[in-house]
Amino acid sequence: MYEGGRWEDVDLVLRREGASALTGPGFEASSELVPFLRSDCRILVIGAGGLGCELLKDLALLGFGNIEVIDMDTIDVSNLNRQFLFRMKDVGQPKAVVAASRIQERVEGCTVVPHFGRIEDKPAEFYRGFHIIVLGLDSVEARAWINETACSFLEHDEEGNVDLSTVKPLVDGGTEGFKGHARVILPGITPCFACTMWLFPPQTKFPLCTLAETPRTPVHCIEWAHLIKWPKDNEMEEFDVDNVDHLGWCHREATERAKEFGIEGVTLQLVQGVVKNIIPAIASTNAIVAAACATEVLKTATMCSAGMDNYMMFMGGEGIYTHTVKYERDECCPVCSPGIFLTVQSSVTLGDLIKRISVHPKALGKVERPSVSHGTDNLYMQGPLEEATRPNLSKTLGDLLGGTGQKALAVNDKRLPRTLRVTLSVVP
Amino acid sequence: MIKLFSVKEKQERERRENAENTKQGVKKASASELRLQKDISELNLPKQIKIAFPDGPNKLNRFDIIVSPDEGYYKGGKFSFAFNMPDSYPHDPPKVKCESPRPVYHPNIDLEGNVCLNILREDWNPVLTISSVVFGLQFLFLDPNPDDPLNKDAAKVLTSDPKQFQANVRRSLSGCYIGNTYFPPCR
Ligand SMILES: [Zn+2]
Repeated sequence: MYEGGRWEDVDLVLRREGASALTGPGFEASSELVPFLRSDCRILVIGAGGLGCELLKDLALLGFGNIEVIDMDTIDVSNLNRQFLFRMKDVGQPKAVVAASRIQERVEGCTVVPHFGRIEDKPAEFYRGFHIIVLGLDSVEARAWINETACSFLEHDEEGNVDLSTVKPLVDGGTEGFKGHARVILPGITPCFACTMWLFPPQTKFPLCTLAETPRTPVHCIEWAHLIKWPKDNEMEEFDVDNVDHLGWCHREATERAKEFGIEGVTLQLVQGVVKNIIPAIASTNAIVAAACATEVLKTATMCSAGMDNYMMFMGGEGIYTHTVKYERDECCPVCSPGIFLTVQSSVTLGDLIKRISVHPKALGKVERPSVSHGTDNLYMQGPLEEATRPNLSKTLGDLLGGTGQKALAVNDKRLPRTLRVTLSVVP
Repeated sequence: MIKLFSVKEKQERERRENAENTKQGVKKASASELRLQKDISELNLPKQIKIAFPDGPNKLNRFDIIVSPDEGYYKGGKFSFAFNMPDSYPHDPPKVKCESPRPVYHPNIDLEGNVCLNILREDWNPVLTISSVVFGLQFLFLDPNPDDPLNKDAAKVLTSDPKQFQANVRRSLSGCYIGNTYFPPCR
């Protein structure tokens, strides 16, 4: 009799041959999978808010024993209705810290290491150390940042084939009211966040003149106070969306303006929602999306069943509807595509390199007047910086790129739909 | 099925040497910087518009656009706009403010330098580029729009008495009071 305790069911699926009714084709049960899940498989959860609380609970209950969580926020009273790991006495404490200790108290055998801070402040090596990164975020910028970081680990061989051992899987969840999505990003294999950027249309912004002259809604009044009145009255100080005094000021100004125009409905809560750009969160949507994500993490880690390919949308507004779409990678994606490979000597000049790029089969006919950047160093630019960067054309790659080794360049040309990645192997 | 993890592999895989080299030395460009490199390299400015990079050619997220209209109400003026590109560009639009002269007498620019240009707010869309915004600014001086006012007084004059508006603009270009507001000369 197997004494698996809390995780008995999921352990049976992973350990026992012949559980194939539950697992996918090609899955081989193994006695090594359970210890892998329990201690070796390192999972990072980004965000310890509504989705994050659900994700941490689900992953811990699935038997992941080695979890870390990062979040820069502290707990607010308004979080308590759905962020169920937090209590009244935790208000003001870092979400990551409280969430981690709550999970550890409840799920014996599960270690959760908290990180209180911004994701951008951790070095890339921090993220490289995890097997799977799970995103419970509400910001497009943060998603784009972590996507770039995960894709930067990806390596290809000279034919452009993905080196599977460099694939850093991301499982991304997101909710907006009754809508949500869960997706699996295997950089280089399934579309990355940048490949499908159009899935996130920019937030509609009100015209400034409407705010200034013809406000019609309480939101217009709040935006006016935030965007127009604040910079006028406080030239030196940036508006801080987390500063209670600033929010109070904004509330007073917006209320006054609303009165002036006969508009009702400016509340402090609305002010907070508007200036912090908060989308109303529905606890059950978070639970559904987090559950879908956690299942995908289990499948990605153990391959016990085929993973989601690759984007599930959930619509809970009218009835319940979900649909999984197989989005395609953007072959020219500047973030995850392999681009072209060249081996050059360090004595070659930038001008000569440009000629070599323009006759490469993948660039032929599309690269006539290219601009070349190495990271944030703009080596040669068409347009207004042409004159300033022209002297670099006669310099050698050894000088410009800082010696030999593998270098990643970004090439732009009016004829290219997107930036072309060029991986150079610079040899002595 | 793709098997990503070897269960036996307890140690992190030794990374290859060349991967190390790639990471060293140069700062990796973010998606917004990559996009800016593309935008700037494809920017083709007419002679009435100049661009300046105060922090040098490798810092593209802050620059100034100087518009010197050669026709229309604002002919002979010189207007400088500070562009601050958010990290979320092109998902979010550039932040653009008129820096000099400030204030400027214009129906669509308020006394703090905020600009009412549709593509900077409600009509922004990530396929638009710096070029689209620059041409939008140029158009604002050729064809000020009294229907979307940020400076209500200027808009009123433009609608009711275009000749007076023209005269006000002319005077403002070399510095003058209009009502209680002093408009400094173009530099
Ligand atoms: Zn991509």
